[in-house]
Amino acid sequence: MESLTFRHTTTKPLPGTKPQAITGVVASGNLEILLERVLPPDACEVAIETPVAGYGPVWEAVVADFVARAQPGGVRISINDGGARPDTVSLRLLQGARLMEA
Amino acid sequence: MADWRGERKARDARIEAGRAHANGKVVPAGDAVALLEAVLKPGDRVCLEGDNQKQADCLARALSQCDPGKVHGLHMVQSGIVLPEHLDVFETGIAERLDYSYSGPQGARVAKMLYGGQIKLGAVHTYLELFARYFIDLTPHVALIAGVSADREGNLYTGPNTEDTPTIVEATHFKNGVVVAQVNEIVDKVPRVDIPGDRVDFVVEADTPFFVEPLFTRDPAAMTETQILIAMMAIKGIYAEYGVRRLNHGIGFGTAAIELLLPTYGEKLGLKGEIATHFALNPHPTLIPAIESGWVRQVHCFGSEVGMDRYIRERPDVFFTGADGSLRSNRALCQTAGLYACDMFIGATLQIDLMGHSSTVTQSRVAGFGGAPNMGSDPHGRRHPSDPWMKAGREAQIVGDPALMRGRKLVVQLVETFGDKLVPTFVEKLDAMELAKKIGLELAPVMIYADDVTHIVTEEGIANLLLCRDADDREQAIRGVAGYTEIGRGRDRAKVEELRARGIIRRPEDLGIEPLDADRSLLAARSIKDLVHWSGGLYEPPARFRNW
Amino acid sequence: MAGPDRDRLSWYEASARQRLDALLDPGSFTEVLGPAERRMSPHLPLFDLPRAFDDGIVVGSGSLDGKTMFVAAQEGRFMGGAFGEVHGAKLVGLLRAALDVKPAAVLLLLDTGGVRLQEANAGETAIAEAMRAIVAARAAGVPVVGLIGGRAGCFGGGGLIAGTCSRLAVSEGGRISVSGPEVIETNKGAEEFDSKDRALVWRTMGGKHRRLIGGADAFCADTVSAFREAALRLIADAPAFDLDTLTAEQARLRARIDRFGQCRDATDIWAKLGVNDPDAVPAMDTGAFDETVAQAREAVHDAR
Repeated sequence: MESLTFRHTTTKPLPGTKPQAITGVVASGNLEILLERVLPPDACEVAIETPVAGYGPVWEAVVADFVARAQPGGVRISINDGGARPDTVSLRLLQGARLMEA
Repeated sequence: MADWRGERKARDARIEAGRAHANGKVVPAGDAVALLEAVLKPGDRVCLEGDNQKQADCLARALSQCDPGKVHGLHMVQSGIVLPEHLDVFETGIAERLDYSYSGPQGARVAKMLYGGQIKLGAVHTYLELFARYFIDLTPHVALIAGVSADREGNLYTGPNTEDTPTIVEATHFKNGVVVAQVNEIVDKVPRVDIPGDRVDFVVEADTPFFVEPLFTRDPAAMTETQILIAMMAIKGIYAEYGVRRLNHGIGFGTAAIELLLPTYGEKLGLKGEIATHFALNPHPTLIPAIESGWVRQVHCFGSEVGMDRYIRERPDVFFTGADGSLRSNRALCQTAGLYACDMFIGATLQIDLMGHSSTVTQSRVAGFGGAPNMGSDPHGRRHPSDPWMKAGREAQIVGDPALMRGRKLVVQLVETFGDKLVPTFVEKLDAMELAKKIGLELAPVMIYADDVTHIVTEEGIANLLLCRDADDREQAIRGVAGYTEIGRGRDRAKVEELRARGIIRRPEDLGIEPLDADRSLLAARSIKDLVHWSGGLYEPPARFRNW
Repeated sequence: MAGPDRDRLSWYEASARQRLDALLDPGSFTEVLGPAERRMSPHLPLFDLPRAFDDGIVVGSGSLDGKTMFVAAQEGRFMGGAFGEVHGAKLVGLLRAALDVKPAAVLLLLDTGGVRLQEANAGETAIAEAMRAIVAARAAGVPVVGLIGGRAGCFGGGGLIAGTCSRLAVSEGGRISVSGPEVIETNKGAEEFDSKDRALVWRTMGGKHRRLIGGADAFCADTVSAFREAALRLIADAPAFDLDTLTAEQARLRARIDRFGQCRDATDIWAKLGVNDPDAVPAMDTGAFDETVAQAREAVHDAR
């Protein structure tokens, strides 16, 4: 298993007040994402556990794009990956953010 | 004096030799080897019918059991290398040369045998190309074909999978060749005559019915949100944009998702009757909801699909059917229809390079081409205008007299940026190049050449290559939809934004599509069972696709 | 997802959490040991396998038509819904707590291939403990109802747990058995049981067969609302758990073996049950199948 952690500063907090949300399932080609509103409003942390080693730069790019787009300030994001493709990761991250905004 | 009847005499002699094993034209399966040893001569060009669907498997087994002392050095000219026996004959020396078109399941073994020198390869063709050569320089001496039933006169009923049979028989029989047909049963009267009896010299009653694979059945249960998103973009950004009514679909999950979104998403966009009305296409089960809800008016087929027979029989206004009610397919004519009468080909591929060349070859497999390059190419012989064709032509060409401008076929590649096991779809260099070098092919096996491709659709967006004006535009347009692959991450971000401003790249949001709306609930059918319900119980899926 | 629309949500397709959300009264679910507590498998990392925050099972309480329920939902897509140590302990804990709290019922949304190979001892133990706890809950007057209609089916120890429940509801896609198709094929050969022949698999283990032979007590369309209605009905008519019930159940099962033991195929059984056209059963829609069930004797019984 490979562990990756990315920390970002955001310009604003993620809208909404929901303290926590989970989306996705740990299955082949899929992943689960747990979002928790536990950080300072301008911070975002994404921690990943993946069985597929060697994709650090791809994860970094996917997470950076997501943070730039969603500005998920205040949220700690934890990912259990089942070998998902980057597009699936992006989709789940956006789904998670939407759940927190609800 | 020249002998103008040498071939004819030779043919008559072969038939005479074969008659020793026949009762009239009928040969029992047990005597098939003896029959073939009697009619074949060393070095013959032989077409062993191996289609997409129906396989002359009994005759393939018989050929592989022939005595290599009597039958050897054959030149096989056949569209599909599908069964193990198709290659076994090269190991024993029965066959030596090969010209073919498609070798899906045997692709790895073909590559190995080419590399090992057991097969002397002429070329890997597209279907139409190989069929064309049957009439010019690859005319078979003997054709071994397959049908459902025949009468004692040799009148042949091919069943719904007519496929290559008429083309093979045309080339063989009318040029002094011998035609041997295997059938599942000999009957007093065939349901309809697909091949007249005077073109069939021998009929072998097979020991088991010929083998057919359900190649075109895509289970809606396996469709992903990403495939649905890509399908939504294609419908809104290409089908609607160009008003594509006449088209061909590939056989992947992406186009199957489009078929299942027509009655839902397409309906919501008000596109019914405006797009996807006339198809050159096998009878895909996923087409059923679009047919049932009145989207699809007409479908001409290359072959049939397992389980669709009863449904097709009950929908003669949509499909081409015989007086007996069953489907009449024809690969050569449907390929021609796909090439000349369709405004769009849309399908998937395994690899795309920076110029837009694409290939389904991987390092160790020679899968062949089949028909995709015929339909996925711009036919320069086309002369009739249509709105999509003209619009594509205008986009490609900005200068010159409009009256001298011709249209363009839309050739759309529908791909996810990563394939199975996180293998990237976008690459610097096609594996096909490496393979060609390794096994000594003069041409790299490119499925669709860059200059034919007009659009690439991925989950990241649509790249319209028609609007690209130079090589840099083109490369960055491709990088700009290549997602998180190395090719995608290597993009010039400023240039990609410029291309977006010019409409060359369009993101989901540029098309008014919210990626989070790409949900399985949009599919008109979410399971094979749903398809059965849509068909009113007429579709009978094979057991492996059932969960009931 | 556009919110839990229980009439449209496919049970087969939904995740464990989506099923619970849509099944229970809106907003009534309270999770115990939720994902944020990260009670994950201590064993999977040793095998370089990914973990799930909830170890593949969601447990807690909620209400169904206003009545308090304890619920457990397995996620069939995570390791095939298999029982590991944490997964099993969460289920057993829930069932034991039912003895103290006495909810109106315990609902088990089973979706499992059985025991997780990587933590088999803990999984096997959990299954035994779960069966024990179910019996205790039933003896204390709390009905335990199994709802089965997921991709993983209900196999291995899951099949045993199902056999311990007060009542079972199943959909067409749901399968209930102990040995799975591949296991049977491996042990007995493909001639005996071809696991790739999905029509054979479903008519031998699928929801319709289980309903027809009385292995399940309700047959549902593949929607969450159908399972909800079935659950309410089955809770209301759950049998008492006493010696009479068990004796009657034993007699029923013995009679079933006597009657069908020689049958070679499920369709033979259906024919003996008086189904007019057994070959037509797999293609029947829910309405037509309900009528068929109403005419077959075995499906109606009071034991369990």
